[in-house]
Amino acid sequence: MPNLPVTDLLAKYDPLIAEHAGLLSTGIRDPFGIVMDKVLSPTEAIIKGQHTILLGTYNYMGMTFDPDVIASGQAAIRDFGAGTTGSRVLNGTYQTHKECEDALKDFYGMSHAMVFSTGYQANLGMVSTLAGKGDFIILDADSHASIYDGCKMSNADIVRFRHNDAADLEKRLKRLPAEAGKLVVLEGVYSMLGDVAPLPELVAIAKAHGCMVLVDEAHGMGFFGEHGRGVYEEQGVADDVDFVVGTFSKSVGTVGGFCVSNHPKFEILRLVCRPYTFTASLPPAVVASAATSIRKLMTAHAKRDRLWEATRRLHGGLKSRGFKLATDTPESAIVSVLMPDQETTALMWSTLINLGVYVNMSRPPATPAGVFLLRCSICALHSNEQIDIVLGKFEQAAQMVNLALHEPA
Amino acid sequence: MTDRAGVFARILELIEPLNPKKVPLTENTSFAGDMEMDSLTVMDLVASMEDEWDIMIPLNMLPDLETIGQVADAVAGLVAKKG
Repeated sequence: MPNLPVTDLLAKYDPLIAEHAGLLSTGIRDPFGIVMDKVLSPTEAIIKGQHTILLGTYNYMGMTFDPDVIASGQAAIRDFGAGTTGSRVLNGTYQTHKECEDALKDFYGMSHAMVFSTGYQANLGMVSTLAGKGDFIILDADSHASIYDGCKMSNADIVRFRHNDAADLEKRLKRLPAEAGKLVVLEGVYSMLGDVAPLPELVAIAKAHGCMVLVDEAHGMGFFGEHGRGVYEEQGVADDVDFVVGTFSKSVGTVGGFCVSNHPKFEILRLVCRPYTFTASLPPAVVASAATSIRKLMTAHAKRDRLWEATRRLHGGLKSRGFKLATDTPESAIVSVLMPDQETTALMWSTLINLGVYVNMSRPPATPAGVFLLRCSICALHSNEQIDIVLGKFEQAAQMVNLALHEPA
Repeated sequence: MTDRAGVFARILELIEPLNPKKVPLTENTSFAGDMEMDSLTVMDLVASMEDEWDIMIPLNMLPDLETIGQVADAVAGLVAKKG
């Protein structure tokens, strides 16, 4: 019998293929196809032979090239090998993983820490495992994809509230059965607009309705709060947060994800959380680097101050040049420039990269509907000179692409 | 008015501002296919329906709600259940 004709499963992506091709046919560089030939430092790389200032790496504390962090990684790859070839619950937990979890417990002052292979998996695993059938997950509309995917993977009912809107959260919680298990998922810093959550209001409402609270501090770890734990620490709600999720791929400067908690039954999650159990653990070099970095971040006060200083310089400089920014004041180390439409965003991005400045281009569905952004994230190691160069390039690029700037207020 | 016909009529009013291409709206009009609504717009629309009738439409129900008629059925059912 002859084979049936194959239905191309990738045909559903034809509209996106056409859109992407259309974008590139205008002669711009591919915003999603950047290759760094050499990385010179946390703030500089060579891209297509050109010296480029990196302003979109989330490398907030500049730990990627820290000599102590690198030395720890080198020692671990030498002593423990290149990888574990195993799950955390089988052969994939080494002394290095234990030390990394100890560093997290010390950093957060919590009794339990669980390290996942990526930040995405940490949210995916925690959200999907905490809430099961008959439970409710209540999430902010602007939540990261990993949180949405965790919801999808759980068997819980999913309720979404308007971004950072305490009254909307309360309205939706009132519709839920009082006795049901409820998990409210929040983020300290929202990574697209760089805005910070009003956690005291949101957490108080969640607690009033009998919910457990998980806060993702991916973009807050390292420089918010007295110990650098995140927005939840700075805003004084630590006692009411049940789970803190975070990542090593931002301030910590390597890769990996984690959850910390004081919940007495926390350790059982290692056996039931599938994105933790059914994947290989991080290589020893990665967790050893992370442990050293986390311990250094505990006391990195000078770097935190410098990060905020550089952030204010960029935010203020862009604002005074008439760029429209997503937040009126610098709320986090993310400064997002609001753009009018996809074409102008792509053209401006492409012009900036040609001028030697790398930022992120963001568009729906990563951003809220209708929002196009050029997103900058600042590093504590950006010098004032680098920030000033960037400001000049932004102004030059805006002129080249005829981007209308506003009269500063 | 919370009968099925009333729900359907009100849903059409809620959709109208999100239908710039003026796609004809019938029982069988689909959100993703006919109206080309992205998932974020659909979720915002669901939120406005929740508030309109003070009901809860969990996001995990959405994959089964492809057309306006299916949404009207679901909303009418949730309203009836609420009593």
